[in-house]
Amino acid sequence: MSTSYNLKMLRVNLSNGSIKTEALDEKLAQKFLGGRGLGTKILFDEGVAKVEPLSPENKIIFINGPLTGANVPTGGRYMVVTKSPLNNMIASSNSGGVWGARLKYAGYDALIVEGKSDKPVYISIDDDKVEIKDAKHLWGKTSEHVEESLKNEYGQEASVLNIGPAGENLSLMAAIINEADRAAGRSGVGAVMGSKHLKAIVCKSKRTVVEPYDKEALRESVTHCLKLIKENGVTGTGLPTYGTAVLVNIINNIGSFPTKNWQESEFANSEMISGETLKEKHIVKQGFCHRCPIGCGRVINLNGKVVGGPEYEPLWAYGANCGVDNLEAINEANYWANEMGLDAISCPTTIATAMELYQKGYIKEEECDGVPLEFGSAKAIIEWTKRIGLGHNKLAKLMAQGSYRLCEAYGVPELSMSVKKLEMPAYDARGIQGIGLNYATSNRGGCHVRGYMISPEILGLPQQLDRFETKDKATWTKIFQDLTAVIDSSGMCLFTSFALGAPEYASLINGATGTNYTPTQLLEVGERIYNIERLFNKAAGMKAEDDRLPNRLLKEPIPAGPSKGEVSKLHITLPEYYEARGWKDAFPTEDTLRRLDLL
Amino acid sequence: MIEVRLFAYFRDNRGKILYLDVNEFKTPQMILDHLGIELKDVAILLVNGRHSNGEHILKENDIVAFFPPVAGG
Repeated sequence: MSTSYNLKMLRVNLSNGSIKTEALDEKLAQKFLGGRGLGTKILFDEGVAKVEPLSPENKIIFINGPLTGANVPTGGRYMVVTKSPLNNMIASSNSGGVWGARLKYAGYDALIVEGKSDKPVYISIDDDKVEIKDAKHLWGKTSEHVEESLKNEYGQEASVLNIGPAGENLSLMAAIINEADRAAGRSGVGAVMGSKHLKAIVCKSKRTVVEPYDKEALRESVTHCLKLIKENGVTGTGLPTYGTAVLVNIINNIGSFPTKNWQESEFANSEMISGETLKEKHIVKQGFCHRCPIGCGRVINLNGKVVGGPEYEPLWAYGANCGVDNLEAINEANYWANEMGLDAISCPTTIATAMELYQKGYIKEEECDGVPLEFGSAKAIIEWTKRIGLGHNKLAKLMAQGSYRLCEAYGVPELSMSVKKLEMPAYDARGIQGIGLNYATSNRGGCHVRGYMISPEILGLPQQLDRFETKDKATWTKIFQDLTAVIDSSGMCLFTSFALGAPEYASLINGATGTNYTPTQLLEVGERIYNIERLFNKAAGMKAEDDRLPNRLLKEPIPAGPSKGEVSKLHITLPEYYEARGWKDAFPTEDTLRRLDLL
Repeated sequence: MIEVRLFAYFRDNRGKILYLDVNEFKTPQMILDHLGIELKDVAILLVNGRHSNGEHILKENDIVAFFPPVAGG
């Protein structure tokens, strides 16, 4: 009987050059689904939680879900799972484009890379032909160049993922870029590739389909889901027309748009950097990932060149958070983040942090080498992005380690707006209680896409919750986190969740793989995944006090605007959350582990 | 006066910002009727940056914002 799993993994050891295929146990795959869940389970079982993240002993897994490459809407995503060099915890970064589907079609559910090459290399995968190749000619080059060079060699149908100079220089906010502007961005996954001297992975295949378990049942589910996606106002009209950038005006209008490194929560010139303005002035067309019916990507004209445009997060991070209202400069800085292979959240928020350090006199003008880190400086966001990627000077090298280490070096770690050293994204948690709880409890640190509470608290999806209230936020956050773990592990895009729910995901996964998950059972799989991540973190040395928010969010009320006077009430929501999860002091109890079959 | 802010495609043929007389437009619903937008098509309705509804009684200098179904991440 067929299944949309390949039930085969590829293991490449860069120390001794060995390339092996191994079977993937189907029961294990179904228990952790794939992607984020299965990748974490494999690393946990192989003892990776205890290793040094930038040592040859760390492993990095590029892993699909069962729906990656399957004929389902948005079925094309892959995860990069490894131990994060930023915070020594689990790193799992998700990316779209077409790379994941190419790996699936080539015959593999996952590629596990271990060891370290003594010289720069890349891996080429062409169905059964897998090789480790010399990357001397690619080392030091930016993403676009690497993409072009490998496509010229392997054909335009090949897909390329790579690290830019930032990953080579072991920046702890280095991303992995595929298709030039899609990114597995967070947690410093690019530095792990860099530490192994692995510059790129090029992947192609003759096959272009995977056979599901039940073709007819899957076709029915897909028809139903496509209808829901098309009819939904967000996935059918909002995201295709404006992309994620439309959030700029929404979040600014509720007064939760972090400004100048979270010193304020309203940006006077938000209209100038908004999704509406981006559409009016710069958009050339929509961008689509593999089998995506939504097309939230923005393709823009940048000084005559057609490139990937900024999402909501970099519009905020380079914009309001750096006090910059120059959209052209933000577009250019975002382009350079992709070129350098830098996370387009952590890099600009670290620049914003440096701007506060400069404003307060910690960073001196002489350290800035001619480009002062002044809030509002369009030149600074472009130049310092390049400088961070290239390791330009002492300050740039320090900034490349992320905002926490930057602030620590100046003796003021509390000025880093991060959780578990990962910079928080574009929603001020003081005026939105649930998203703050999600930031604090996310297994990878300050991240919105582990449990996107903005959906019920701001956007009214699936129903409107009072954003200032703490009541019920613990259970909502847990459910959102568990469902997200399912989606991230399935190979589908999180944005489908604006239109689909657990019943639809269960139906798609069952049709593709032959499982019989009910929606409730599927959510339990998500809960299992969330708990295995927590077990990884515990084994890696995480402490209960790591589930926290920066003091600014707990003690400094929002100074003005519609959310004036608010602080995060984590002291109320966090104990309720642990109770909802069956955790004690931030970690699962034995009963919880037994219930989730994790003992 | 009340400041009315429109976003995304609600701006098409209507503009970005309108100023209306509070004596004439007592609720967000009355503003929507004037603009030819149905309440069910409004995903987010804010009065002074706070989520509200069509029946909210408006007062002088209030800021009303209307968003269609849009989202991001």
